[in-house]
Amino acid sequence: MNAGIQIQGLTKTYRGPGGEVPAVRGIDLSIEPGETVALLGPNGAGKSTTIDMLLGLTQPDAGSVTVFGQTPREAVDAGLVGGMLQVGSLIRDLAVRELIGVMASLYPDPLDVDEVIALTGLTGTANQRTHKLSGGQTQRVRFAMALVANPALLVLDEPTVAMDVDGRRDFWLTMRRYAERGKTVLFATHYLEEADANADRAVMMAQGRIVADGPTTEIKARIGHRTIRATLGGVDRDELARLDGVSAAERHGDAVILRCADSDRAIRALLERHPDARDIEITGAALEEAFLELTRDPDAEDPAADLMEVAR
Amino acid sequence: MNGRLYTRYEIVRTFRNRRFFVLSLGFPLILYFVIAGSQAGDKDFSGTGVSAALFYMAGLVSFGTMSSMISTGARIAGERQAGWTRQLRITPLTSGSYFRAKVLTAYAMAGLTIASLYIAGAILGVSLPAGQWLEMTGLILVGLLPFAALGIAMGHLLNVDSIGPAMGGLVGLLALVGGTWFPVAHGFLHDLGQCLPSYWLARAGHLGTGAAPWGATGWLIIAGWTVVLTALAGWAYRRDTNRV
Repeated sequence: MNAGIQIQGLTKTYRGPGGEVPAVRGIDLSIEPGETVALLGPNGAGKSTTIDMLLGLTQPDAGSVTVFGQTPREAVDAGLVGGMLQVGSLIRDLAVRELIGVMASLYPDPLDVDEVIALTGLTGTANQRTHKLSGGQTQRVRFAMALVANPALLVLDEPTVAMDVDGRRDFWLTMRRYAERGKTVLFATHYLEEADANADRAVMMAQGRIVADGPTTEIKARIGHRTIRATLGGVDRDELARLDGVSAAERHGDAVILRCADSDRAIRALLERHPDARDIEITGAALEEAFLELTRDPDAEDPAADLMEVAR
Repeated sequence: MNGRLYTRYEIVRTFRNRRFFVLSLGFPLILYFVIAGSQAGDKDFSGTGVSAALFYMAGLVSFGTMSSMISTGARIAGERQAGWTRQLRITPLTSGSYFRAKVLTAYAMAGLTIASLYIAGAILGVSLPAGQWLEMTGLILVGLLPFAALGIAMGHLLNVDSIGPAMGGLVGLLALVGGTWFPVAHGFLHDLGQCLPSYWLARAGHLGTGAAPWGATGWLIIAGWTVVLTALAGWAYRRDTNRV
């Protein structure tokens, strides 16, 4: 029962008009009960297909998935799983409260409907009809439907896509509070920031494979490097590259570009050694570039090696 | 616990969908008043021995209720397009509860269609013994079973764009060959019609006009179609929800 989620050799290929399209190419993944895991990757990485197989919506071609020691279908039937799928609108002609109430009625141990309405910021909209909601409100209702199930495993497939800034902040706050109850949460995103702020662990997928798996801090160090730009004359490039926290250095005239594994340490080291550096700029994670680099070569033997190269 | 509230709200939201509700109840009524109303004085319609008001009430009850049952398919196709069917698949709602909700909703609409046409008939002067009203209604409700399954099967096999024409064509054809509009007295169409559930549904409606009850053939054909179409609906549902 306490087996969490076990995925072994999971494979799925779609047959499209242009031939076979491998969506998931043999992934292994083990998630402990109570973990909050982000499934990180660009569009087409295989995140949604993996989630569909985890929820029993799609049959794998090969490999296996177990959820708390059961098949996905058994876990769903037992009410252990709640999910917010990537696409989906609401059925019409019900009030928000009624719809959430219907969902609650399908599960053995649901949360209180009014509590969930308050948690998801729907108090003011509870009596509105579902087909009259804005995009952001619809997402809140979809989240509420997953939450009211009080599932041991909460699965969220790119949940914040249609949300505004406030909506996102509220959403993640509620999600983290739910995770604190000891629940297992798996969410898909293509934003490193979301993974970093809301998960204990990030599993990064590209082209149907897992290319990195670890604490978010570790992933960030590998792919989320920052860049320091400064104006600094008369310093040798190799000397700059040897600075604490710097992984690579370039210079173009007086312009210096430092790629940093740890930009905090790097900036301290830079200013300590070279207090005359000026026009300093630190720019954030280059995740998109890492993704682009990975998706550029579809037949890469080992995407992880590419990733490391990009990170360097 | 599982599915009762879901069933209740399925019915509630169908009734709340005003356009659907008004059109599906209103269309048979309008047809009835237009066709039968103009001949309301005819006490021996085309030599059938019954009034035009009664004859068309019987015909439109079977046509209207058949449409009510099959229109389940349109709602299912819409729910599939909205991603709602997938959402339901990741809840513990059993497929049995899902089917029950769909069938009961269809029967609720059919029941209202029957009631509204009976009232319209009474307005145009139809009067039958209480026993005959009841017998006719009971047999119609049984005759609708295969159409309940057919609606669900179509909803899971067709998409939002194709289900409209498919429904319209199929209902029209079944009603025509089944003798809903005018009796198909003999020949190939008559023999074909006897094998269709719409023929027996129309016969049930025409109990009020003095038609004989089903007999063994009718019961067998309705039972056979119910079994076959229920199997088709189950297969369509599984195929649809297990898809990629």
